[in-house]
Amino acid sequence: MRHLLATRNLSYDNAMAILDTAQEMATVSQRSIKKLPTLRGQTVVNLFFEDSTRTRTSFEAAAKRLSADVLNFAVKTSSVSKGESLKDTVQTLEAIGGDAIVMRHWASGAANQLANFGWSSSAIINAGDGTHEHPTQALLDAFTLRNRLHKQHATGKNLEDVHVVIVGDILHSRVARSNVWLLHTLGAKVTLSGPPTLMPVGVNTWPVDINYDLDALLAQRPDAIMMLRVQAERMSGDFFPSASEYTRGWGLTNDRYKTIAGTQTFIMHPGPMNRGLEISAAAADSVQNTALEQVANGVSVRMAVLYLLLASQPGQ
Amino acid sequence: MTYTYLITGGTTPDGIQTDIIVDSDGRIAQLGQHLSADGAKIIDATGKIVLPGLVDLHTHLREPGNNDAETIETGTRAAAMGGYTAVHAMANSDPVADTAGVVEQVYRLGKEAGWTDVYPVGAVTVGLAGEHLAEFSAMHDSAAKVIMFSDDGMCVWDPVLMRRALECVKSFDGFIAQHAQEPRLTNGAQMNESALSSELGLAGWPAVAEESIIARDVLLAQHVDSRVHICHVSTAGSVELIRWAKSQGINVTAEVTPHHLLLTEDYVKTYDPVYKVNPPLRKDSDVHALRNGLADGTIDTVGTDHAPHTEETKQCEWVVAAMGMTGLETALPVIQHTMVDTGLMDWHGVAQVMSANPARIYRHTDQGQLTETGGLVEGALANIAVYDPAHRFVVNPINHTSKSTNSPYRGMELVGKVTNVLYRGHQVVADANISSPYQRS
Amino acid sequence: MVSEPVRKARTVMSESDINRVLTRIAHEILEANRGIENLLILGIPRRGVPLANRLAAKLAEIEPEFVVDDRTGQLDITLYRDDLARAESRIPVSTIIPPAGIDNAVVVLVDDVLYSGRTIRAALDALADIGRPHTVRLAVLVDRGHRQLPLRADYVGKNLPTASSEHVLVQMEEIDGSNQGYTSDQVQIVDVID
Repeated sequence: MRHLLATRNLSYDNAMAILDTAQEMATVSQRSIKKLPTLRGQTVVNLFFEDSTRTRTSFEAAAKRLSADVLNFAVKTSSVSKGESLKDTVQTLEAIGGDAIVMRHWASGAANQLANFGWSSSAIINAGDGTHEHPTQALLDAFTLRNRLHKQHATGKNLEDVHVVIVGDILHSRVARSNVWLLHTLGAKVTLSGPPTLMPVGVNTWPVDINYDLDALLAQRPDAIMMLRVQAERMSGDFFPSASEYTRGWGLTNDRYKTIAGTQTFIMHPGPMNRGLEISAAAADSVQNTALEQVANGVSVRMAVLYLLLASQPGQ
Repeated sequence: MTYTYLITGGTTPDGIQTDIIVDSDGRIAQLGQHLSADGAKIIDATGKIVLPGLVDLHTHLREPGNNDAETIETGTRAAAMGGYTAVHAMANSDPVADTAGVVEQVYRLGKEAGWTDVYPVGAVTVGLAGEHLAEFSAMHDSAAKVIMFSDDGMCVWDPVLMRRALECVKSFDGFIAQHAQEPRLTNGAQMNESALSSELGLAGWPAVAEESIIARDVLLAQHVDSRVHICHVSTAGSVELIRWAKSQGINVTAEVTPHHLLLTEDYVKTYDPVYKVNPPLRKDSDVHALRNGLADGTIDTVGTDHAPHTEETKQCEWVVAAMGMTGLETALPVIQHTMVDTGLMDWHGVAQVMSANPARIYRHTDQGQLTETGGLVEGALANIAVYDPAHRFVVNPINHTSKSTNSPYRGMELVGKVTNVLYRGHQVVADANISSPYQRS
Repeated sequence: MVSEPVRKARTVMSESDINRVLTRIAHEILEANRGIENLLILGIPRRGVPLANRLAAKLAEIEPEFVVDDRTGQLDITLYRDDLARAESRIPVSTIIPPAGIDNAVVVLVDDVLYSGRTIRAALDALADIGRPHTVRLAVLVDRGHRQLPLRADYVGKNLPTASSEHVLVQMEEIDGSNQGYTSDQVQIVDVID
């Protein structure tokens, strides 16, 4: 593994290596000394073209726990206000000298471009690109699921026969894409649910089932239901009549939550949660909700990714 | 009468080995076998194809306004190197070619350059804004004598405006070249809408956005009894619609680009903006439908949609990159590869779709002249391209004459090279190198 | 390892040799420690782990009060290596410490082969991040020399003079038993010609 750009082409072996390594990283996070010397002398650049304090902090914590130096670089450009080009920005950072670039970008494919166009010699980790992928989120979701299901015996386990329902705006969700590919690679059965206007064209060729009836899906007692964050601006006009109409169909409302309360179905959310929109307060605060574990596991998974990419780089 | 050139040993599109004598008036003085002409410079075309000079109905020369990407001088040089003797400069310059002043400027700069004929295309609407019709008659009555109008880059989406435009151009046998793209269905579109666009997270440009406009416009053309030309047809469904319209006797012509005949959406997986183009690269099934449509005459002509762009507008994130690819200098090898080498078309067919048909669509009388059987025409203006169909090469856009390097064929092996071009009887390309421009007396 | 071109393997310790030296080391540990008080046996993966388990079993045989599960663990050093950049990334394995922890314990690190000393250096760093033992001792099955750090073993099964070009191959049933070609526990010196 040289880069982590997507889960679409992540092999089963590499995915399992990341999860198993993350398992060991997680035990480090429970010690009083939470730091490892592993990446001493290496520099990780957090290059964020889009604000995300949560993801950036998670990567920063991961890098620091491995004793890497961290440079945070926030760039205020957008598809409307173009400033310095991606190429120039990255070459500037190369001159400063980094070993890995963790990049969040508003443009789909930006991480692929960085890795493949000869603009950079660093290991590239995609921390979310446009509506394409967010591979570390999917890895931490899989890790969370595996730990909930197998507890201390999780190492080495895949997700065979685990049923995961992903609910919401699949069309615009990089989290959904990364999860679909990774869960499939790990052997899980994936069902997508949401408004038909927010299902991508060609989704019938993906390794998933589609079911617009969330209540019927919940009655099947899936192992996990993943509630995607709803972007309010998409819930009016072009895609959907109104936010309340969305909630009625695909929100985890109190009434819906009651049908799975106390069951073995986990409620997952990539955060931050819109309480009252895609998830009710009761569901958000329930013990079935894994949101906070997901945050903690994010650090372990990102430590594993940094370690596996950087520790095998030939020293320069 | 003095003779200037004797082209020997080449094969004309009718398949017959034909020598050609060109006189000092720039016309084809004589065609035949084993000819000799005292004092004429001999161009050895042994083993080569001798075509009527190619005619491109769809060229972006970028001048005025974006001279960093291309100028009329560099764009027509590139055209000559590609075997073209006439290009039609699209209206989306800056300022837009929506007045007699701008089209006359383009026409004059083309004449001064002297590499090919340059016919400016007038805008359909003022500023390509799709709101008010441009002054067709003024552009037609100008020195440029414009009969082709297009908002290319933008669709004339308002059905009433499109109807009126089709009606207006009837008075001088003009035509509207439509960029068929329903704008609401393609808001922010980045690539062909398909399972791949969904996987790559790029907003989709659905085939129906092209097909619905074509369906509407052929019906409008039928209703007002006018003439419509469909630019850069890109989908199998569009081919079917045009085939149907022609069967109904509707006055529609259509064009396909070389890149839509060869490349598919799979290239987008690289996220390399050199493959970003409008309309987007489609699927394999579309490519084959387009090839068959061109072969059976449903599609009349190959238009390059040569769209030069500077490096900075291509070396950036896909979603902000400019749309378009260069094409003048690779068109003929790509057509050989996709149409001739596949057995879909002979050289007579190539001469028709790349020269005779576009000339006929524009009503040119001194371009694209071909006999019934595919021979050149004695007495015609000597617009001739000599093409070596055996030269194998790897495309390197750095070597192109165009100012821009955004060729999607970079690194691809193709066959074929234009070795000599006569434009109005003057040799503008000699031994595959740019020579000297035609000087008007 | 298995697919490398192997030439001239000679066995230097047999299964019974290994068993015998582990018994001796168990006695030596008890003697030096004056009993089992605060003893904690930590194997270094991979083959240090079965060696530590076998050693612990010997200790329990001699001193029945020595409860193996409370006094045995494993210490992974992957994330503390100083040669990570030169190798393909290794997936770390678990560090397992008995509930009482290592503070004030007499830790005996167990590994199969002592060579450059870098593994032990990494193990000492790893230990320091877990707690503060009273004493750290080192037991190895084989000491083959060529130290690159100022370290020595307290308990050595066998001193084995080797050339740098030679490999010391330890086979133990717990790890290698499922490999084709495994016959019995042994230590071999292998001349590798590549």
